[in-house]
Amino acid sequence: MNPCSSDLPGTVGEAMPFLCDGALVTAQATLGGAALALVLAFAAGLAMLSPRRLVRVPARVYMEFFRGTSVIVQMFWIFFALPVLTGYRLAPLAAGILALGLNLGAYGAEVVRGGVLAVPRAQREAAIALNFSPYQRMRYVIMPQALAAMLPPLNNLLIELLKATSLVSAISVGDLIFESKALINSGSDRAVVMVLVMVIYLLYAGLITAVMRLLERRMARMLGREVRPLWPRRRRRSAGGELTVAAGGAR
Amino acid sequence: MKADPKADPTAEPQYMIRFDKVGKRYGDHQVLRDLDFTVRPRERCTLIGPSGSGKTTILRLLMTLERVTSGTIEVDGELLSHMRRGDRLVPADEKHLRRVRRKVGMVFQQFNLFPNMNVLRNITEAPVRVLGRSREEAEQRAMELLEMVGLSGKADAHPGRLSGGQQQRVAIARALAMEPEILLLDEVTSALDPELVAGVQSLLRDIASEGNLTILCVTHEMNFARDISDRVLMFDHGQIVEEGPPEKIFSDPVEQRTRDFLQAVLQT
Ligand SMILES: Nc1ncnc2c1ncn2[C@@H]1O[C@H](COP(=O)(O)OP(=O)(O)O)[C@@H](O)[C@H]1O
Ligand SMILES: [Mg+2]
Repeated sequence: MNPCSSDLPGTVGEAMPFLCDGALVTAQATLGGAALALVLAFAAGLAMLSPRRLVRVPARVYMEFFRGTSVIVQMFWIFFALPVLTGYRLAPLAAGILALGLNLGAYGAEVVRGGVLAVPRAQREAAIALNFSPYQRMRYVIMPQALAAMLPPLNNLLIELLKATSLVSAISVGDLIFESKALINSGSDRAVVMVLVMVIYLLYAGLITAVMRLLERRMARMLGREVRPLWPRRRRRSAGGELTVAAGGAR
Repeated sequence: MKADPKADPTAEPQYMIRFDKVGKRYGDHQVLRDLDFTVRPRERCTLIGPSGSGKTTILRLLMTLERVTSGTIEVDGELLSHMRRGDRLVPADEKHLRRVRRKVGMVFQQFNLFPNMNVLRNITEAPVRVLGRSREEAEQRAMELLEMVGLSGKADAHPGRLSGGQQQRVAIARALAMEPEILLLDEVTSALDPELVAGVQSLLRDIASEGNLTILCVTHEMNFARDISDRVLMFDHGQIVEEGPPEKIFSDPVEQRTRDFLQAVLQT
Protein backbone atom coordinates (compact mmCIF):
# COMPACT_ATOMS: atom_id res chain seq x y z
CA MET A 1 0.00 0.00 0.00
CA ASN A 2 1.22 3.48 -0.81
CA PRO A 3 2.18 5.08 2.52
CA CYS A 4 1.59 8.55 1.01
CA SER A 5 -2.02 7.77 0.12
CA SER A 6 -4.87 9.83 1.56
CA ASP A 7 -6.94 6.61 1.73
CA LEU A 8 -5.24 5.69 4.98
CA PRO A 9 -7.56 5.92 7.98
CA GLY A 10 -8.06 8.99 10.20
CA THR A 11 -5.34 11.54 10.93
CA VAL A 12 -2.74 9.33 9.19
CA GLY A 13 -4.55 9.55 5.86
CA GLU A 14 -5.05 13.26 6.38
CA ALA A 15 -1.37 13.91 7.19
CA MET A 16 0.64 11.49 5.07
CA PRO A 17 0.28 13.19 1.66
CA PHE A 18 1.67 16.41 3.17
CA LEU A 19 4.31 14.67 5.25
CA CYS A 20 5.52 12.77 2.17
CA ASP A 21 6.01 16.08 0.35
CA GLY A 22 7.92 17.32 3.37
CA ALA A 23 9.94 14.13 3.61
CA LEU A 24 11.02 14.55 -0.01
CA VAL A 25 12.23 18.10 0.67
CA THR A 26 14.04 16.91 3.82
CA ALA A 27 15.75 14.24 1.69
CA GLN A 28 16.77 16.87 -0.84
CA ALA A 29 18.16 19.15 1.84
CA THR A 30 20.07 16.24 3.40
CA LEU A 31 21.53 14.94 0.16
CA GLY A 32 22.35 18.42 -1.15
CA GLY A 33 23.88 19.46 2.16
CA ALA A 34 25.84 16.22 2.38
CA ALA A 35 27.25 16.57 -1.14
CA LEU A 36 28.37 20.14 -0.50
CA ALA A 37 29.66 19.30 2.99
CA LEU A 38 31.74 16.39 1.67
CA VAL A 39 33.36 18.49 -1.04
CA LEU A 40 34.14 21.26 1.45
CA ALA A 41 35.30 18.81 4.13
CA PHE A 42 37.84 17.17 1.82
CA ALA A 43 39.00 20.45 0.34
CA ALA A 44 39.44 22.18 3.70
CA GLY A 45 40.62 19.06 5.54
CA LEU A 46 43.42 18.42 3.04
CA ALA A 47 44.24 22.13 2.81
CA MET A 48 44.74 22.22 6.60
CA LEU A 49 47.44 19.55 6.15
CA SER A 50 49.30 21.54 3.51
CA PRO A 51 52.87 22.58 4.25
CA ARG A 52 52.03 26.02 2.83
CA ARG A 53 50.65 28.63 5.17
CA LEU A 54 48.81 30.33 2.36
CA VAL A 55 46.76 27.18 1.81
CA ARG A 56 46.46 26.17 5.45
CA VAL A 57 45.33 29.45 6.97
CA PRO A 58 42.22 30.12 4.82
CA ALA A 59 41.05 26.54 5.40
CA ARG A 60 41.52 26.95 9.13
CA VAL A 61 39.64 30.28 9.12
CA TYR A 62 36.76 28.72 7.19
CA MET A 63 36.58 25.84 9.62
CA GLU A 64 36.73 27.94 12.79
CA PHE A 65 34.21 30.46 11.46
CA PHE A 66 31.53 28.01 10.38
CA ARG A 67 32.02 25.74 13.36
CA GLY A 68 31.86 28.66 15.75
CA THR A 69 28.57 30.17 14.59
CA SER A 70 25.19 28.48 14.51
CA VAL A 71 23.60 27.07 11.36
CA ILE A 72 20.42 29.04 11.82
CA VAL A 73 22.30 32.33 11.94
CA GLN A 74 24.29 31.34 8.85
CA MET A 75 21.06 30.43 7.11
CA PHE A 76 19.45 33.77 7.96
CA TRP A 77 22.52 35.58 6.71
CA ILE A 78 22.55 33.74 3.41
CA PHE A 79 18.81 34.04 2.90
CA PHE A 80 18.05 37.54 4.23
CA ALA A 81 21.29 39.51 4.42
CA LEU A 82 23.10 38.33 1.30
CA PRO A 83 20.40 39.59 -1.10
CA VAL A 84 20.62 43.02 0.52
CA LEU A 85 24.41 43.06 0.21
CA THR A 86 24.79 41.50 -3.25
CA GLY A 87 21.39 42.00 -4.84
CA TYR A 88 21.28 38.28 -5.59
CA ARG A 89 18.61 36.15 -4.02
CA LEU A 90 18.87 32.37 -3.60
CA ALA A 91 15.83 30.10 -3.59
CA PRO A 92 15.00 29.14 0.02
CA LEU A 93 15.99 25.48 -0.40
CA ALA A 94 19.28 26.47 -2.07
CA ALA A 95 20.06 28.90 0.74
CA GLY A 96 19.30 26.17 3.28
CA ILE A 97 21.51 23.64 1.52
CA LEU A 98 24.31 26.18 1.25
CA ALA A 99 24.19 26.97 4.96
CA LEU A 100 24.00 23.29 5.96
CA GLY A 101 26.84 22.33 3.60
CA LEU A 102 29.08 25.14 4.83
CA ASN A 103 28.44 24.30 8.46
CA LEU A 104 28.76 20.52 8.28
CA GLY A 105 31.68 20.85 5.87
CA ALA A 106 33.54 22.72 8.61
CA TYR A 107 33.03 19.84 11.04
CA GLY A 108 33.84 17.34 8.29
CA ALA A 109 37.14 19.10 7.57
CA GLU A 110 38.36 18.17 11.02
CA VAL A 111 37.25 14.57 10.46
CA VAL A 112 39.14 14.40 7.17
CA ARG A 113 42.24 15.94 8.73
CA GLY A 114 42.07 13.53 11.67
CA GLY A 115 41.58 10.54 9.37
CA VAL A 116 44.67 11.39 7.35
CA LEU A 117 46.73 11.98 10.48
CA ALA A 118 45.59 8.62 11.85
CA VAL A 119 47.44 6.77 9.07
CA PRO A 120 50.84 5.71 10.46
CA ARG A 121 53.73 7.89 9.34
CA ALA A 122 55.57 4.76 8.20
CA GLN A 123 53.03 4.32 5.41
CA ARG A 124 53.91 7.70 3.99
CA GLU A 125 57.60 6.91 4.29
CA ALA A 126 57.20 3.58 2.50
CA ALA A 127 55.42 5.46 -0.28
CA ILE A 128 58.26 7.98 -0.48
CA ALA A 129 60.78 5.12 -0.64
CA LEU A 130 58.91 3.85 -3.72
CA ASN A 131 59.17 7.34 -5.20
CA PHE A 132 55.44 8.05 -5.41
CA SER A 133 54.64 11.73 -6.01
CA PRO A 134 52.92 13.61 -3.17
CA TYR A 135 49.60 13.32 -5.01
CA GLN A 136 50.07 9.59 -5.62
CA ARG A 137 50.98 9.04 -1.97
CA MET A 138 47.71 10.62 -0.91
CA ARG A 139 45.60 9.02 -3.61
CA TYR A 140 46.81 5.42 -3.55
CA VAL A 141 48.30 4.92 -0.09
CA ILE A 142 47.11 7.41 2.54
CA MET A 143 43.54 8.23 1.55
CA PRO A 144 42.27 4.65 1.15
CA GLN A 145 43.45 3.95 4.69
CA ALA A 146 42.29 7.29 6.06
CA LEU A 147 38.76 6.75 4.73
CA ALA A 148 38.36 3.76 6.99
CA ALA A 149 39.02 5.95 10.03
CA MET A 150 36.71 8.69 8.72
CA LEU A 151 33.59 6.63 8.10
CA PRO A 152 32.23 6.30 11.66
CA PRO A 153 32.56 10.04 12.46
CA LEU A 154 31.19 10.94 9.03
CA ASN A 155 28.18 8.75 9.79
CA ASN A 156 27.59 10.81 12.93
CA LEU A 157 27.91 14.03 10.97
CA LEU A 158 25.39 12.88 8.36
CA ILE A 159 22.89 12.12 11.11
CA GLU A 160 23.57 15.57 12.57
CA LEU A 161 22.97 17.02 9.13
CA LEU A 162 19.68 15.15 8.78
CA LYS A 163 18.48 16.61 12.04
CA ALA A 164 19.76 20.08 11.20
CA THR A 165 17.70 20.15 7.99
CA SER A 166 14.70 20.90 10.18
CA LEU A 167 16.08 24.44 10.44
CA VAL A 168 15.26 25.16 6.81
CA SER A 169 11.61 25.43 7.85
CA ALA A 170 12.63 28.76 9.44
CA ILE A 171 13.25 30.21 5.98
CA SER A 172 9.92 28.83 4.71
CA VAL A 173 11.22 25.69 3.00
CA GLY A 174 8.48 23.05 3.02
CA ASP A 175 10.34 20.25 4.79
CA LEU A 176 8.92 17.68 7.20
CA ILE A 177 8.82 20.11 10.12
CA PHE A 178 7.26 22.87 8.03
CA GLU A 179 4.52 20.53 6.80
CA SER A 180 3.86 19.08 10.23
CA LYS A 181 3.44 22.56 11.73
CA ALA A 182 1.04 23.46 8.93
CA LEU A 183 -0.95 20.29 9.61
CA ILE A 184 -1.14 20.96 13.35
CA ASN A 185 -2.12 24.58 12.76
CA SER A 186 -4.97 23.44 10.53
CA GLY A 187 -6.32 21.16 13.24
CA SER A 188 -4.70 17.71 12.73
CA ASP A 189 -4.06 15.63 15.85
CA ARG A 190 -0.74 16.92 17.17
CA ALA A 191 0.33 13.62 18.76
CA VAL A 192 -0.30 11.53 15.66
CA VAL A 193 1.51 13.99 13.40
CA MET A 194 4.53 14.14 15.71
CA VAL A 195 4.76 10.34 15.88
CA LEU A 196 4.66 10.10 12.09
CA VAL A 197 7.37 12.77 11.75
CA MET A 198 9.54 10.95 14.25
CA VAL A 199 9.15 7.64 12.44
CA ILE A 200 10.17 9.22 9.13
CA TYR A 201 13.29 10.79 10.67
CA LEU A 202 14.22 7.47 12.25
CA LEU A 203 13.80 5.69 8.93
CA TYR A 204 16.10 8.19 7.27
CA ALA A 205 18.69 7.91 10.01
CA GLY A 206 18.55 4.13 9.76
CA LEU A 207 19.06 4.36 6.01
CA ILE A 208 22.12 6.58 6.42
CA THR A 209 23.62 4.25 9.02
CA ALA A 210 22.95 1.19 6.87
CA VAL A 211 24.73 2.75 3.88
CA MET A 212 27.66 3.83 6.02
CA ARG A 213 27.91 0.37 7.59
CA LEU A 214 28.09 -1.18 4.14
CA LEU A 215 30.89 1.20 3.23
CA GLU A 216 32.67 0.40 6.48
CA ARG A 217 32.49 -3.30 5.72
CA ARG A 218 33.92 -2.79 2.26
CA MET A 219 36.75 -0.75 3.75
CA ALA A 220 37.43 -3.31 6.45
CA ARG A 221 37.59 -6.05 3.86
CA MET A 222 39.95 -3.99 1.71
CA LEU A 223 42.24 -3.43 4.68
CA GLY A 224 42.08 -7.10 5.62
CA ARG A 225 40.45 -6.37 8.95
CA GLU A 226 37.85 -8.36 10.78
CA VAL A 227 34.50 -7.51 9.20
CA ARG A 228 31.83 -6.49 11.71
CA PRO A 229 28.43 -8.07 11.13
CA LEU A 230 25.93 -5.61 9.60
CA TRP A 231 23.49 -6.03 12.45
CA PRO A 232 25.35 -7.14 15.54
CA ARG A 233 23.67 -10.12 17.09
CA ARG A 234 21.90 -9.21 20.28
CA ARG A 235 23.41 -10.63 23.40
CA ARG A 236 21.17 -11.54 26.25
CA ARG A 237 21.79 -12.47 29.80
CA SER A 238 20.50 -15.97 30.45
CA ALA A 239 19.10 -16.99 33.80
CA GLY A 240 22.46 -18.37 34.88
CA GLY A 241 24.03 -14.99 34.25
CA GLU A 242 26.41 -16.03 31.50
CA LEU A 243 26.28 -14.26 28.17
CA THR A 244 24.71 -16.13 25.31
CA VAL A 245 24.04 -15.11 21.74
CA ALA A 246 20.30 -14.66 21.28
CA ALA A 247 20.15 -16.95 18.28
CA GLY A 248 22.03 -19.65 20.17
CA GLY A 249 21.34 -21.23 23.53
CA ALA A 250 18.82 -18.92 25.23
CA ARG A 251 15.24 -19.16 24.09
CA MET B 1 75.77 26.09 5.03
CA LYS B 2 79.23 25.29 3.73
CA ALA B 3 79.38 23.27 0.55
CA ASP B 4 81.82 23.19 -2.29
CA PRO B 5 80.23 25.00 -5.22
CA LYS B 6 83.17 24.20 -7.49
CA ALA B 7 82.60 20.42 -7.43
CA ASP B 8 82.25 19.37 -11.04
CA PRO B 9 78.86 17.71 -11.60
CA THR B 10 79.95 16.18 -14.92
CA ALA B 11 82.90 14.21 -13.50
CA GLU B 12 82.61 10.43 -13.71
CA PRO B 13 81.36 9.35 -10.28
CA GLN B 14 83.79 7.14 -8.42
CA TYR B 15 81.34 6.88 -5.61
CA MET B 16 77.78 5.65 -5.52
CA ILE B 17 77.27 7.41 -2.20
CA ARG B 18 79.23 10.31 -0.84
CA PHE B 19 78.66 12.05 2.49
CA ASP B 20 80.52 15.35 2.71
CA LYS B 21 80.68 16.95 6.18
CA VAL B 22 77.12 15.87 6.83
CA GLY B 23 75.49 17.16 9.98
CA LYS B 24 72.05 16.22 11.22
CA ARG B 25 70.40 17.79 14.21
CA TYR B 26 67.04 17.13 15.82
CA GLY B 27 66.35 20.22 17.89
CA ASP B 28 69.32 20.50 20.23
CA HIS B 29 70.41 16.95 19.61
CA GLN B 30 73.30 16.75 17.13
CA VAL B 31 73.00 13.19 15.80
CA LEU B 32 75.60 13.42 13.02
CA ARG B 33 78.50 15.84 12.97
CA ASP B 34 80.81 16.46 9.98
CA LEU B 35 80.33 12.93 8.75
CA ASP B 36 82.41 11.99 5.70
CA PHE B 37 82.19 8.62 4.05
CA THR B 38 81.85 7.12 0.62
CA VAL B 39 80.56 3.90 -0.86
CA ARG B 40 81.77 2.64 -4.24
CA PRO B 41 79.38 1.32 -6.87
CA ARG B 42 78.31 -2.25 -6.05
CA GLU B 43 80.02 -2.15 -2.72
CA ARG B 44 78.19 -3.82 0.17
CA CYS B 45 78.60 -2.00 3.45
CA THR B 46 77.29 -2.82 6.87
CA LEU B 47 76.82 -0.22 9.56
CA ILE B 48 77.17 -1.47 13.10
CA GLY B 49 77.21 0.37 16.38
CA PRO B 50 75.24 0.93 19.55
CA SER B 51 71.61 1.92 19.48
CA GLY B 52 71.19 5.65 19.01
CA SER B 53 74.51 6.10 17.22
CA GLY B 54 72.80 7.44 14.08
CA LYS B 55 72.73 4.42 11.75
CA THR B 56 69.05 4.71 10.90
CA THR B 57 69.47 8.45 10.45
CA ILE B 58 72.07 7.82 7.74
CA LEU B 59 69.72 5.53 5.83
CA ARG B 60 66.79 7.93 6.26
CA LEU B 61 68.88 10.79 4.90
CA LEU B 62 69.74 8.68 1.86
CA MET B 63 66.07 7.80 1.37
CA THR B 64 65.24 11.53 1.60
CA LEU B 65 62.99 10.89 4.58
CA GLU B 66 65.10 13.48 6.43
CA ARG B 67 67.09 16.48 5.31
CA VAL B 68 70.65 17.24 6.32
CA THR B 69 71.18 20.26 8.53
CA SER B 70 74.67 20.83 7.10
CA GLY B 71 76.95 19.36 4.46
CA THR B 72 75.92 17.53 1.30
CA ILE B 73 75.09 14.02 0.17
CA GLU B 74 75.70 12.79 -3.37
CA VAL B 75 74.20 9.72 -4.95
CA ASP B 76 75.78 8.50 -8.18
CA GLY B 77 77.43 11.88 -8.65
CA GLU B 78 74.22 13.85 -8.13
CA LEU B 79 73.41 16.01 -5.16
CA LEU B 80 70.63 14.46 -3.13
CA SER B 81 69.55 16.97 -0.57
CA HIS B 82 70.44 20.03 -2.59
CA MET B 83 70.35 21.27 -6.12
CA ARG B 84 72.37 23.88 -7.92
CA ARG B 85 70.82 27.18 -8.75
CA GLY B 86 73.42 29.26 -10.56
CA ASP B 87 76.49 28.73 -8.42
CA ARG B 88 74.55 28.39 -5.20
CA LEU B 89 73.26 25.29 -3.49
CA VAL B 90 69.61 25.40 -2.47
CA PRO B 91 67.47 22.72 -0.80
CA ALA B 92 66.22 20.23 -3.36
CA ASP B 93 62.64 20.60 -4.56
CA GLU B 94 60.24 17.71 -5.03
CA LYS B 95 61.07 17.27 -8.72
CA HIS B 96 64.77 17.00 -8.01
CA LEU B 97 64.18 14.62 -5.11
CA ARG B 98 62.07 12.32 -7.26
CA ARG B 99 64.78 12.14 -9.90
CA VAL B 100 67.61 11.24 -7.51
CA ARG B 101 65.44 9.03 -5.33
CA ARG B 102 64.76 6.75 -8.27
CA LYS B 103 68.12 5.11 -7.67
CA VAL B 104 67.49 4.30 -4.02
CA GLY B 105 65.27 1.64 -2.46
CA MET B 106 64.71 0.80 1.17
CA VAL B 107 63.48 -2.10 3.26
CA PHE B 108 62.20 -1.15 6.71
CA GLN B 109 62.40 -2.90 10.03
CA GLN B 110 58.60 -3.03 10.28
CA PHE B 111 58.03 -3.99 6.60
CA ASN B 112 55.48 -1.18 6.08
CA LEU B 113 53.47 -3.01 3.44
CA PHE B 114 50.35 -1.18 2.26
CA PRO B 115 47.34 -2.79 3.99
CA ASN B 116 44.94 -1.45 1.34
CA MET B 117 46.53 -3.58 -1.40
CA ASN B 118 47.10 -7.29 -1.82
CA VAL B 119 50.61 -8.67 -2.15
CA LEU B 120 50.76 -8.40 -5.93
CA ARG B 121 49.47 -4.84 -5.87
CA ASN B 122 52.00 -3.87 -3.22
CA ILE B 123 54.73 -4.88 -5.66
CA THR B 124 53.22 -3.56 -8.90
CA GLU B 125 51.71 -0.26 -7.80
CA ALA B 126 54.89 1.81 -7.87
CA PRO B 127 56.29 0.36 -11.13
CA VAL B 128 52.94 1.15 -12.78
CA ARG B 129 52.34 4.59 -11.25
CA VAL B 130 55.91 5.82 -10.94
CA LEU B 131 57.85 4.08 -13.71
CA GLY B 132 54.92 4.02 -16.12
CA ARG B 133 55.09 0.27 -16.72
CA SER B 134 52.07 -1.50 -18.13
CA ARG B 135 50.10 -3.52 -15.63
CA GLU B 136 50.89 -6.81 -17.42
CA GLU B 137 54.61 -6.09 -17.54
CA ALA B 138 54.66 -5.10 -13.88
CA GLU B 139 52.70 -8.19 -12.85
CA GLN B 140 54.96 -10.48 -14.81
CA ARG B 141 58.00 -8.99 -13.10
CA ALA B 142 56.25 -9.14 -9.72
CA MET B 143 55.54 -12.85 -10.18
CA GLU B 144 59.23 -13.46 -10.96
CA LEU B 145 60.20 -11.58 -7.81
CA LEU B 146 57.61 -13.45 -5.73
CA GLU B 147 59.06 -16.69 -7.03
CA MET B 148 62.54 -15.53 -6.07
CA VAL B 149 61.44 -14.71 -2.51
CA GLY B 150 59.55 -18.00 -2.33
CA LEU B 151 56.00 -16.63 -2.20
CA SER B 152 54.55 -17.45 -5.63
CA GLY B 153 51.37 -18.70 -4.03
CA LYS B 154 50.69 -15.53 -2.07
CA ALA B 155 50.14 -13.00 -4.87
CA ASP B 156 46.46 -12.51 -4.00
CA ALA B 157 46.90 -12.68 -0.24
CA HIS B 158 46.36 -9.74 2.04
CA PRO B 159 49.63 -8.61 3.67
CA GLY B 160 48.05 -8.82 7.12
CA ARG B 161 47.48 -12.54 6.63
CA LEU B 162 51.19 -13.24 6.16
CA SER B 163 53.79 -14.02 8.79
CA GLY B 164 56.40 -11.38 9.56
CA GLY B 165 58.99 -13.24 7.55
CA GLN B 166 56.68 -13.46 4.57
CA GLN B 167 55.79 -9.78 4.86
CA GLN B 168 59.45 -8.85 4.88
CA ARG B 169 60.05 -10.96 1.76
CA VAL B 170 57.24 -9.12 0.02
CA ALA B 171 58.77 -5.81 1.13
CA ILE B 172 62.10 -6.90 -0.36
CA ALA B 173 60.40 -7.86 -3.62
CA ARG B 174 58.56 -4.53 -3.62
CA ALA B 175 61.79 -2.58 -3.25
CA LEU B 176 63.55 -4.62 -5.96
CA ALA B 177 60.64 -4.13 -8.37
CA MET B 178 61.67 -0.48 -8.63
CA GLU B 179 65.10 -1.56 -9.88
CA PRO B 180 67.13 0.56 -7.48
CA GLU B 181 70.88 0.84 -7.74
CA ILE B 182 71.21 1.28 -4.01
CA LEU B 183 69.38 -0.89 -1.51
CA LEU B 184 69.08 0.28 2.09
CA LEU B 185 68.33 -2.35 4.72
CA ASP B 186 67.51 -1.12 8.20
CA GLU B 187 67.56 -3.97 10.72
CA VAL B 188 65.28 -5.92 8.44
CA THR B 189 65.19 -9.01 10.65
CA SER B 190 64.91 -7.39 14.09
CA ALA B 191 61.12 -7.44 14.11
CA LEU B 192 60.93 -11.11 13.13
CA ASP B 193 60.36 -14.14 15.30
CA PRO B 194 63.68 -15.98 15.72
CA GLU B 195 62.68 -18.93 13.55
CA LEU B 196 61.92 -16.63 10.60
CA VAL B 197 65.21 -14.72 10.66
CA ALA B 198 67.32 -17.32 8.86
CA GLY B 199 65.04 -17.47 5.81
CA VAL B 200 65.05 -13.73 5.23
CA GLN B 201 68.79 -13.57 5.79
CA SER B 202 69.53 -16.28 3.28
CA LEU B 203 67.33 -14.49 0.73
CA LEU B 204 69.32 -11.31 1.29
CA ARG B 205 72.58 -13.23 1.02
CA ASP B 206 71.51 -14.42 -2.42
CA ILE B 207 70.54 -10.92 -3.46
CA ALA B 208 73.80 -9.47 -2.18
CA SER B 209 75.90 -12.15 -3.86
CA GLU B 210 74.46 -11.29 -7.26
CA GLY B 211 76.64 -8.24 -6.89
CA ASN B 212 74.75 -5.74 -9.02
CA LEU B 213 73.46 -3.64 -6.16
CA THR B 214 75.13 -1.18 -3.86
CA ILE B 215 73.96 -2.22 -0.42
CA LEU B 216 73.98 -0.29 2.81
CA CYS B 217 72.85 -2.50 5.64
CA VAL B 218 72.26 -1.86 9.33
CA THR B 219 72.20 -5.00 11.43
CA HIS B 220 73.00 -6.43 14.83
CA GLU B 221 73.50 -9.92 13.39
CA MET B 222 77.25 -10.15 13.07
CA ASN B 223 77.34 -13.43 11.14
CA PHE B 224 74.98 -11.97 8.60
CA ALA B 225 77.10 -8.83 8.37
CA ARG B 226 80.19 -10.93 7.79
CA ASP B 227 78.48 -12.89 5.00
CA ILE B 228 77.09 -10.07 2.97
CA SER B 229 79.51 -7.19 3.33
CA ASP B 230 82.72 -6.03 1.71
CA ARG B 231 83.21 -3.46 4.41
CA VAL B 232 81.97 -2.89 7.95
CA LEU B 233 81.69 0.57 9.48
CA MET B 234 81.54 0.88 13.23
CA PHE B 235 79.57 3.92 14.37
CA ASP B 236 79.36 5.67 17.68
CA HIS B 237 77.83 9.06 18.43
CA GLY B 238 77.29 9.72 14.73
CA GLN B 239 80.90 9.21 13.78
CA ILE B 240 82.85 6.38 12.22
CA VAL B 241 84.99 4.83 14.91
CA GLU B 242 86.59 2.19 12.74
CA GLU B 243 86.08 0.58 9.36
CA GLY B 244 87.48 -2.28 7.38
CA PRO B 245 86.74 -5.67 5.85
CA PRO B 246 84.52 -7.84 8.05
CA GLU B 247 87.28 -10.36 8.86
CA LYS B 248 89.41 -7.55 10.22
CA ILE B 249 86.69 -5.75 12.19
CA PHE B 250 85.21 -8.87 13.72
CA SER B 251 88.40 -10.76 14.57
CA ASP B 252 90.90 -8.04 15.18
CA PRO B 253 89.32 -4.67 15.94
CA VAL B 254 91.68 -1.84 16.78
CA GLU B 255 89.42 0.47 18.74
CA GLN B 256 88.35 -0.25 22.28
CA ARG B 257 84.82 0.99 21.53
CA THR B 258 84.49 -1.57 18.73
CA ARG B 259 85.70 -4.33 21.02
CA ASP B 260 83.27 -3.35 23.74
CA PHE B 261 80.40 -3.18 21.28
CA LEU B 262 81.16 -6.54 19.68
CA GLN B 263 81.52 -8.17 23.05
CA ALA B 264 78.16 -6.78 24.17
CA VAL B 265 76.43 -7.91 20.97
CA LEU B 266 77.98 -11.36 20.83
CA GLN B 267 77.03 -12.06 24.42
CA THR B 268 73.30 -11.73 23.72
N1 LIG C 1 62.66 12.28 14.56
C1 LIG C 1 63.54 12.40 15.58
N2 LIG C 1 63.43 13.39 16.48
C2 LIG C 1 64.31 13.53 17.48
N3 LIG C 1 65.33 12.71 17.69
C3 LIG C 1 65.52 11.68 16.84
C4 LIG C 1 64.64 11.48 15.74
N4 LIG C 1 65.06 10.39 15.06
C5 LIG C 1 66.16 9.94 15.71
N5 LIG C 1 66.43 10.72 16.78
C6 LIG C 1 67.57 10.55 17.69
O1 LIG C 1 68.74 10.47 16.94
C7 LIG C 1 69.63 9.53 17.50
C8 LIG C 1 70.07 8.54 16.46
O2 LIG C 1 68.96 7.76 16.10
P1 LIG C 1 69.06 6.58 15.05
O3 LIG C 1 69.65 7.09 13.79
O4 LIG C 1 67.71 5.99 14.96
O5 LIG C 1 70.07 5.58 15.76
P2 LIG C 1 70.34 4.04 15.50
O6 LIG C 1 69.61 3.62 14.27
O7 LIG C 1 71.81 3.96 15.34
O8 LIG C 1 69.87 3.32 16.72
C9 LIG C 1 68.92 8.91 18.69
O9 LIG C 1 69.41 9.50 19.85
C10 LIG C 1 67.48 9.26 18.47
O10 LIG C 1 66.84 9.45 19.70
MG1 LIG D 1 68.08 2.15 14.03
